[in-house]
Amino acid sequence: MSAFRAFLIGGALALAAVTGAVAQEIPEPVSQSWSFNGVFGTYDRAALQRGFQVYREVCAACHSMNLLAYHDLEGIGYTLPEIKAIAASVQVPDDPDDTGEVKDRPGRPSDHFKAPFANEKAAQAANNGALPKDLSLIVRGRKYGPDYVYALMTSFHEPPAGMKMAKGMNYNSAFPGGQIAMPPPLSDDRVTYADGTKATLQQEAHDVVTFLSWASDPHLEDRHRLGARVMIFLLAFSAVMYGVKRKVWSNVHH
Amino acid sequence: MAHTKTPSAFQNPLIRWVDDRLPVFTMISKEYGVFPTPRNFNYLWNFGALALVMLVIMIITGVFLAMQYTPNADLAFASVDRITRDVNYGWLLRTLHANGSSMFFLVVYVHIFRGMYYGSYKRPRELLWLFGAAIYLLMMATAFLGYTLPWGQMSFWGATVITNFFTAIPVVGKAITTWLWGGFAVANPTLNRFFALHYLLPFVIAAVVFLHVWALHVTGSNNPLGIEPKSDKDTLPFHPYYTMKDGFGITVFLIIYAAIVFYIPDYLGSPDNYVQGNPLVTPSSIEPEWYFLPFYAILRSVPNKLLGVILMFGAVVMIFLMPWLDTSKVRSAKFRPWYQWCFWFFVLDALLLGLVGSQHPEGIWVLLGRIGTIYYFGFFLLLLPFLGWFEKTLPLPASISESVLGGGKLARADVAAKPMEKA
Amino acid sequence: MVDATHHGEGDGQTRREFLYLAAGAIGAVGAAGVAWALVDSMNPAADTLALSSIDVNLSTIAEGMGIVQMWQGKPVFVRHRTADEISAAENVKETDLIDPSKPWTDKDRVKKSPWLILIGICTHLGCIPLGNKPTDMRGEWGGYFCPCHGSQYDTSGRVRHGPAPANLPIPPYNFTSDTVVRIG
Repeated sequence: MSAFRAFLIGGALALAAVTGAVAQEIPEPVSQSWSFNGVFGTYDRAALQRGFQVYREVCAACHSMNLLAYHDLEGIGYTLPEIKAIAASVQVPDDPDDTGEVKDRPGRPSDHFKAPFANEKAAQAANNGALPKDLSLIVRGRKYGPDYVYALMTSFHEPPAGMKMAKGMNYNSAFPGGQIAMPPPLSDDRVTYADGTKATLQQEAHDVVTFLSWASDPHLEDRHRLGARVMIFLLAFSAVMYGVKRKVWSNVHH
Repeated sequence: MAHTKTPSAFQNPLIRWVDDRLPVFTMISKEYGVFPTPRNFNYLWNFGALALVMLVIMIITGVFLAMQYTPNADLAFASVDRITRDVNYGWLLRTLHANGSSMFFLVVYVHIFRGMYYGSYKRPRELLWLFGAAIYLLMMATAFLGYTLPWGQMSFWGATVITNFFTAIPVVGKAITTWLWGGFAVANPTLNRFFALHYLLPFVIAAVVFLHVWALHVTGSNNPLGIEPKSDKDTLPFHPYYTMKDGFGITVFLIIYAAIVFYIPDYLGSPDNYVQGNPLVTPSSIEPEWYFLPFYAILRSVPNKLLGVILMFGAVVMIFLMPWLDTSKVRSAKFRPWYQWCFWFFVLDALLLGLVGSQHPEGIWVLLGRIGTIYYFGFFLLLLPFLGWFEKTLPLPASISESVLGGGKLARADVAAKPMEKA
Repeated sequence: MVDATHHGEGDGQTRREFLYLAAGAIGAVGAAGVAWALVDSMNPAADTLALSSIDVNLSTIAEGMGIVQMWQGKPVFVRHRTADEISAAENVKETDLIDPSKPWTDKDRVKKSPWLILIGICTHLGCIPLGNKPTDMRGEWGGYFCPCHGSQYDTSGRVRHGPAPANLPIPPYNFTSDTVVRIG
């Protein structure tokens, strides 16, 4: 057989044998179904808002989201007055006044999300040396993305028999190494949803991961929408260009 | 050439006015209009044009990104997030540029492999090949510099690993590295100068592309048969035949590019680069983008640090040396059955090395990396010269047109199937 | 760009020309889309737009005092006028003014007495006039005085002595309550 054919067969066999045979740092989590998966995926607005509620009431105690500003919440369906109210519910340092003193003022839509701690060192000091990670890009910043974060939220268990836990650590089967400094943040009825949805652990995890996925990728829907138009455009354009090419070459023997 | 009184051949008075003073339109018409191009190109000959399209896309998206980016270590990561979050179509610019880098290398790799298969590097196209290899080297530098700019974990640590290579140089290594860094580690001075250089190099690439295409137009293009055109029955004018074929190829290419950009924008990248660069935390695996993985594998195959660096750079140097390593009198692999096997093994080897580069250097991957490295250098330093001397090649057709018009069957040069056309 | 020497049968020719025209038109549409995205990326981004209006708390501004707030990169003067300043501003005829273009009457320039809100950029060459602090020079008309070339404005921000050609502009604003004004 020709060398090229041999290459194709050999290459295919080699690739098949080898994929998956690697020690990953993050154990592969169970695949969840997300409203934003797939070519036509969108964010479920209700889930986004419930997830934001979970972030505010549970996670924001320790985790910052420094890259988000309150006006970004327009993307999860809040109106400007609602955003102003959310922003105004926090106090942030004002610009120095005429005597140079820095006083607090209510937040504005243009402010970034207020961080729970003044800086990383303060965050570590309050958490036994562990640093609660900023969550702005956490879903895109971890292998397996939303499936991993969901697994993390829902995999706090008793450590397996014989496992020696370090002081202050919690067992989580989804976390690389199994020992995580964060105690289980979510539980049934940890929050009371404004829209009446039953707040099971799974629901809370699903909603907060939807919100965090949006925070990591707020333009997913724009991307999918424009993508559909661009793909159709390019398919049409390439079909026409193929016709042009054939027409131009029609008088040439190939 | 100067002071020629030949009037411009164009009708439009404005075009004539410019052309009489600087014959740009005459030049375009000659080089891209009527330019005789072999009639038997296959679609592998589209990839040079695709590479040019990618260079233009990268420069345009890059300039618009540079309007919004801040090259300061404390602000860079947030400025890139601002681009993707707040700037109108910023998310699109960013993903076009990041994935565009991958598409640029993909297209250039196919272009290089085409050249290797059909002997496009052979006399008289050696300088054309050298310019191409120079473009490839400049692309690698540009891509490395660009990847550091978002200042994510992979940006920072990739920069640290690569710049640390220079410490392997005996005597002056550490001084050179300190000079490169502008300090005692990768930090803000490093980022700032990397941004300046990243903005500069694409224009250097454009200049070398100009030389590359100029050299091509002196010799004319190679073709799948590897035999030079003998008459104008063997060629077609570049326009409209290849302008339209390239146009079609570009639209198909854009479909693939768009599919990645709009539907799997993070697939080719590393999640670690969505984490802010931290000099105190090393990511669990530092790896470069996919297009550098084979060289990364070669580097790590050698237990000695200096030798590993030398071999890694040496792997790129091999490409430059190809015209002189290959001794075969026959150009195209179509007529070189042994070389065909060696070539496809080489392609397989490149893919293998890429895979090795993506894994932790332990277990079977170490052995595979070493085998891959040995074949890589063996191909260039042993197979190319020896094949040329000992390979039994197939007989070449009499001409391109005869091969093409004879129903695709190769006419033997010693059997007069048709009277040969004289040029 | 197509060579004019192509021949073709009548029907084939029009079909071919239509094809080329279609290809060109589709290509042009694509190029326009790309160009729009590039141009639009240079428009103010979402974070800039979030700063397009500011709220000013008036309760801390005593009578006879004025403050300067930055809005969209420009200084805005917010002044708590005294009764004398207000009557001086109202007692002005159109013929007294260097710039009688509308709005010139004090009533048209002020939405809610005693608050005077102006963009504090001299209409001559862009310096920031004095007059907010009690110790500042305020010129003959008791309003604002520009130290760069001597322009003088009255207590309604109208230019009364050149070289400035125009009155101090008024930014768009709205009182959202008795003590808070939203500018922009």
